[in-house]
Amino acid sequence: MTETQIPTEQRLDIRLSVNGVPHTTTVTPRRLLSDCLRHDLGLTGTHVGCEHGVCGACTVRVDGKPMRACLMFAVSAQGHEITTVEGLAEPDGTMHPVQQAFRECHGLQCGFCTPGFLTVVSAFLEENPTPTEEEAREAVSGNLCRCTGYQNIVKSVLRAAEITEERKGCAHAEGDAR
Amino acid sequence: MKPPAFRYHAPTDLAEALDALAEVGHDGKVLAGGQSLIPMLNMRLAAPAHLVDINGLGELAYVRTDPGGVAVGALARHAEVEADEAAHAVVPLLRQGLRLVAHPVIRNRGTTVGSLAHADPSGEMTAVLALLGGSMTLARKGGTRTVAAEDFFVGPLEASIEEGELAVAAYFPRLPGRTGTEFVEIARRHGDYAMCGVAAAVTVDDDLRIVSARAAYLSLSPVPLVLDLTDALIGRTADTAVWQDAATLAAGSLEPEGDIHATAEYRAQLAGVLTVRALRTATERAALVDPNGNTGTTSTERSAR
Ligand SMILES: Cc1cc2nc3c(=O)[nH]c(=O)nc-3n(C[C@H](O)[C@H](O)[C@H](O)COP(=O)(O)OP(=O)(O)OC[C@H]3O[C@@H](n4cnc5c(N)ncnc54)[C@H](O)[C@@H]3O)c2cc1C
Ligand code: FES
Ligand code: FES
Repeated sequence: MTETQIPTEQRLDIRLSVNGVPHTTTVTPRRLLSDCLRHDLGLTGTHVGCEHGVCGACTVRVDGKPMRACLMFAVSAQGHEITTVEGLAEPDGTMHPVQQAFRECHGLQCGFCTPGFLTVVSAFLEENPTPTEEEAREAVSGNLCRCTGYQNIVKSVLRAAEITEERKGCAHAEGDAR
Repeated sequence: MKPPAFRYHAPTDLAEALDALAEVGHDGKVLAGGQSLIPMLNMRLAAPAHLVDINGLGELAYVRTDPGGVAVGALARHAEVEADEAAHAVVPLLRQGLRLVAHPVIRNRGTTVGSLAHADPSGEMTAVLALLGGSMTLARKGGTRTVAAEDFFVGPLEASIEEGELAVAAYFPRLPGRTGTEFVEIARRHGDYAMCGVAAAVTVDDDLRIVSARAAYLSLSPVPLVLDLTDALIGRTADTAVWQDAATLAAGSLEPEGDIHATAEYRAQLAGVLTVRALRTATERAALVDPNGNTGTTSTERSAR
C-alpha cells in the first residue's frame, strides 16, 4: 500500500498576556487573534462579524491602541498586552465609564457591536477626554452597528467623558476629606 | 472565513528576514501590518505557502526627517507617520493624505511602506509618493536598490518588488520653495476607499504667482497618475486663477472607468470638482510658506493643533 503524505500543519506554543493575565496555548500560525481569544482562551466578549476589518466588532486594545483582532494572527500578539472588553471593568466589578454610559444612554440594543465600540471609545477618551460631538462621531466611524442608528452611541461617548470627569472629581473630594 | 494554512517565519532582524525571503522564493509573502493581506487570506483570495512576518524587525520602525525629506521604515505604522510633527513640518502632504487612509484603528496597525508595496491605485500613499517624486528602497540577500516612484508602480496591486525582496523604506522628498499641498477625496462613507481623490502641489514665486501646479489622481487609473497643470494657471495668484481652466486641462488626460460604485461620468465630474478644491487650497497654503522655514500649514491649522 502506498502512503500519501499529508503535510502536517505547523503548530506553535504561544504565550499571550490578556487583561493582565498570562495564558499559554498551542495554535496554528493561521489562528486569528479573534478566534484564539474566543475559542482557545474562552474570552467570548470579543465578537466577530465580517472578518475583513470593516465592522469593528472584533476590536481589542494592543498595548493600549485599538486594533482589529480579525486582522492579526495570535502568534503576532505575543509580547504585547491585549485588553479585551472583559478587561475594561475594575477588578471589583465597577463598570468602566464607557460601559456605564452605554447603559445609561441606550448605546446598545442587541449588543453585538458593543465590545468593539467600548474598546475603541475607551482608548479614544484617554487621548481626547473632552471631545466635541463631531469628534465623538468621527471616533466611532470605523465601527458598524446594525441596531442603534448611532445617535445614542454618540451620546454615550459624550456621557462617558462626563462620567470619567465626575469620577475624577469624586476621587479628589474623597482625597480632600481625608 | 479563515485563512488557508501557511508556514510562519518570524525573523528578528533584517538579515534573517532576507534569508527567509530568499529561501521561500515565489511561494512567500511579507506580512507587515496585515491590514490588506489578512483580509485577502480570510477571503481566500490569496494562499501563499510561507509568510515572513516582519513585525519583529524593530530596526525598521522609524520615521526619519532631514531637511530634504522624510524616510519611513517598513515597520512604521500609518498612525506613527501621521503623528510625527517633524515629518509633518517637512512634508505636510503625508499627514494630509494619511488622515484619509481607512479609519484610525486600521492606521494603528497598517504600515505606510506596506500600503505602497500593496500598490493599490486607490491607496492614498501611492498618490503621495508619485506626486512628490519619491522612491523606495528594496533589499534582498546581498544587495539593495532604489526605485523611483514612477518605475515602482507597475499595475493595479503590482509593484516592482521581485521575489526575495523586501521594501525596507520609502523616501518622501520635501518640495522646494514656496510650495503648498492638499489632498482631498470623496468616498461613499468616511474612511472607505475613495471613488476619486486628488493630491495637489502648487509652487508660487515671491509675488505669489503660480509657477508650477501638479495633481495626482486616485482610483482613476491602474497606477497613480500625475498631471502637470501649470499651463492653465501660470502667472496667476490664488485670487486671479481661473480654476476651471485647470480642471478642463486635467479632464483631457483623464479616462475614468465606471464600476458599481460610480459611473465613468460621475467619476469625471468628481475629478474636476476635486481638482479645483485641491489646487485652490494648495495655492493658498503656498502663499503662507516661508521658503526658508519649513511649514506648509496655515496658521489656523497650526493653532488648532
Ligand atoms: C477596512 C479597511 C479599509 C481600508 N481603507 C484604506 C484606504 O482608504 N486607503 C488605503 O490606502 N488603504 C486602506 N486600507 C489598507 C491599509 O491602508 C493597509 O495598511 C495597507 O494597504 C497595507 O499595509 P500593511 O502594512 O497592512 O500591509 P500587509 O497587509 O501586511 O501587506 C500588503 C501587501 O504588501 C506586501 N508587503 C507589505 N509590506 C511589505 C514590505 N515591506 N516589502 C515587501 N512587500 C510588502 C505584502 O506581502 C502584501 O502583499 C484599508 C484596510 C482596511 C482593512
Ligand atoms: S470582525 Fe474584525 S472588523 Fe469585522
Ligand atoms: S447594538 Fe446591535 S449591532 Fe449594535
